Amino acid sequence: MINLELSKKHQETFEQTMMLAEHMMRPYSRKYDKEEHTYPKEMEEVAKLIGGARSNPGGPKVPVPAGTVVNGGNMGAVTGLFGLCWGDVGLFLGMPGSGLGNAAITAVGTPEQVEKYGSSYAAMCITEPGTGSDSANISTTAVADGDEWVLNGEKIYVTDGQRSDTLVVWATLDKSLGKAAIKSFIVEKGTPGCEVIRLEHKLGIRASDTASISFNDCRIPKANILGSPDIATDAEGRKKAFGGVMQTFDNTRPPVAAMAIGVSRAALDLSRALLKEEGVELKFDKKPANLSAIEAELCQMEAEWHGARLLVLKAAWMADNKMPNSMEASMCKAKAGRVGNNITLRCVALCQSLGYSEQHLLEKFARDSKILDIFEGTQQIQQLIVARRVLDKSSSELK
Amino acid sequence: MTHTSQDLLFDLTLTDEQRMNRESMQRFAAAEMRTLSKAVDAGTSPARDFYPKTAELGLTLLPIPEALGGAGVERSPISNALIFEDLAHGDMAMTLGSITPMSFVNTLLDQGSDAQREKYLPLFCSGDFKAATTALLEPRATFEPTAPATTAIANADGYRLCGSKCMVPLGSDAELVLVIAQLRDKGPAAFIIEGTPPGMTRTAEANMGLYGAELATLVLDNVQLPAGALLGDDNFDLQRFIDLSRIGICALAVGTCQAVLDYVIPYCNERVAFGEPITNRQSVAFMIADIAIELEAMRLMTWRAASRAELGLDFHEHAYLAKLFCAEHAMKIGTDGVQLLGGHGFCREHPVELWYRNLRAIAILEGVASV
Repeated sequence: MINLELSKKHQETFEQTMMLAEHMMRPYSRKYDKEEHTYPKEMEEVAKLIGGARSNPGGPKVPVPAGTVVNGGNMGAVTGLFGLCWGDVGLFLGMPGSGLGNAAITAVGTPEQVEKYGSSYAAMCITEPGTGSDSANISTTAVADGDEWVLNGEKIYVTDGQRSDTLVVWATLDKSLGKAAIKSFIVEKGTPGCEVIRLEHKLGIRASDTASISFNDCRIPKANILGSPDIATDAEGRKKAFGGVMQTFDNTRPPVAAMAIGVSRAALDLSRALLKEEGVELKFDKKPANLSAIEAELCQMEAEWHGARLLVLKAAWMADNKMPNSMEASMCKAKAGRVGNNITLRCVALCQSLGYSEQHLLEKFARDSKILDIFEGTQQIQQLIVARRVLDKSSSELK
Repeated sequence: MTHTSQDLLFDLTLTDEQRMNRESMQRFAAAEMRTLSKAVDAGTSPARDFYPKTAELGLTLLPIPEALGGAGVERSPISNALIFEDLAHGDMAMTLGSITPMSFVNTLLDQGSDAQREKYLPLFCSGDFKAATTALLEPRATFEPTAPATTAIANADGYRLCGSKCMVPLGSDAELVLVIAQLRDKGPAAFIIEGTPPGMTRTAEANMGLYGAELATLVLDNVQLPAGALLGDDNFDLQRFIDLSRIGICALAVGTCQAVLDYVIPYCNERVAFGEPITNRQSVAFMIADIAIELEAMRLMTWRAASRAELGLDFHEHAYLAKLFCAEHAMKIGTDGVQLLGGHGFCREHPVELWYRNLRAIAILEGVASV
């Protein structure tokens, strides 16, 4: 039965995270934006409070009868992120346990790996100096040597790379074999040969550290590979192998889209409050053509925001109900990414000098939101994925 | 409408009934509407010859209580939005004409008096198409649906109406017209007009599109109506009428935009330029991806407003925003549909220019498709 309101449970999740956001995150927003790379220790308390909810991201553990609708972990994650990222995207990303590595370990790890590393602070190492969206092109190598894998290469843009305890590292077993040879490995921080070599200075999300990490003959146990060490030899197997790695993104894209929903809601709320002081208020009582330019634009942004939010909920709902959602995950990421960018930036302009000033957070919301249209696949990558699906094109036909 | 949303889960699953109903609506739209779409638009096949066929869909029969001869199916804004969407996939203008009697019926069910329901609703249960409509829009540039300029003045015999209404679907033929007017000293009100009383003139309109809806302008020059013509009591909830209509118009936009998407995909996949299909180029492929993305958002916003209405939750803001969203993106999708076909899109041999013209009306229609 069609119903697009949140379940009572997830409405509560949302309201609780909004409370945390308002009282435990916002007071530190400006501080850690200014003090880039400083660990936001106050967020440990927030992480603890939300930790219980996050430890079960894959849906309910109790099996449900076929045909029963589930509103589970994926919907819980996105609704929680609506609230937390209304608070502060940077502080959320800088919080223990928010690393995307956790999502990968939970999604594809063996029970032993999940047991050992599932609740560690796990960061994801994919991007390299020469490889961004074309993640099949990575050059970091993993070579089997006795009971160990030996990793060599350099990773950049590792979110929480400094603070995390664990790294999930994408590496190739043999670059000449293409994507089928790409595997991911769990590396404990402190392993000899694994070193954080630089922290980036960024436009936004400054509370979150973004590290470059080098691997020089870094030796890890054989058991630390995520998934099978076999390299598929036929075309179907190759496709499946890399597809498995990429599937992680079907689970992580809706949450990133949810972050964009959260921060753009924050910008809209603050703008509407500032404009209300000047007598500009939205009442939704006149046709857009009969409104002032500011009112009309606010209405339009509200509409875009709602549309993007529903796409995020749909993608998460599909994941909870075990429906393949690769296209919907990219749809919501594309829409929320661009809507988030547009809204936060337009709110700066609408509130004029107050929007631009560091006295308020509007300029920070705009800077923070930019990354959400870039990481976990840029706007253009999402469009490419949606286009291939809609048009039934292979990646060699539509490049 | 007694549910509370609090014990419900977020869910996008159609009921079995909705699924079956969708199939038959989609069949009808493909067989009876798309095939006529071009001829009706060009005026070579009169739309009024088509409307009697819609009687088989039972659109007006379903929500009318059994006691009045109807099927007594509980009114469902969601199911209605799905119907509108599926029919509009065949042709938006003919859908608008087809559902207009249903809007009349729904508004009577929603806000009419028992006497009015008993008098008029059995007329819609005969199994024949009955032309009835609602008249809200007025011909001026700053028209605001919540503030009609058409006036009604109470007098000893009932009410006297003055003003102009435009873009009234089935405006030339409708035997029953629900006219929205400002009742002096009271506020917005709705009046049922039977036939064409003295002082009322009907003029068929020529517009950018929507030919199949048989839009007309109704001029009311001191039209005297009996006291019983006032819909319900004098507390007509115009905003609710507009909001329910807005959801219906959104559903028309969704169906028409889906038709655009379904048309441009095979066309652009088959269209070869520079030695390969044009969809192998990102500039073309991304336009189509964006149509798919925005269309899905349009659909979800429409469904959300409809489901809130169905659950008895406040839905004004959601209907408003859905309408705004659908209006913006429907026009963009209509334009992109033409652009994707290039010169061929500009020629009337292909339907995209017709959809472009019809979709331009989504932002303008405000109160003629009450779900």
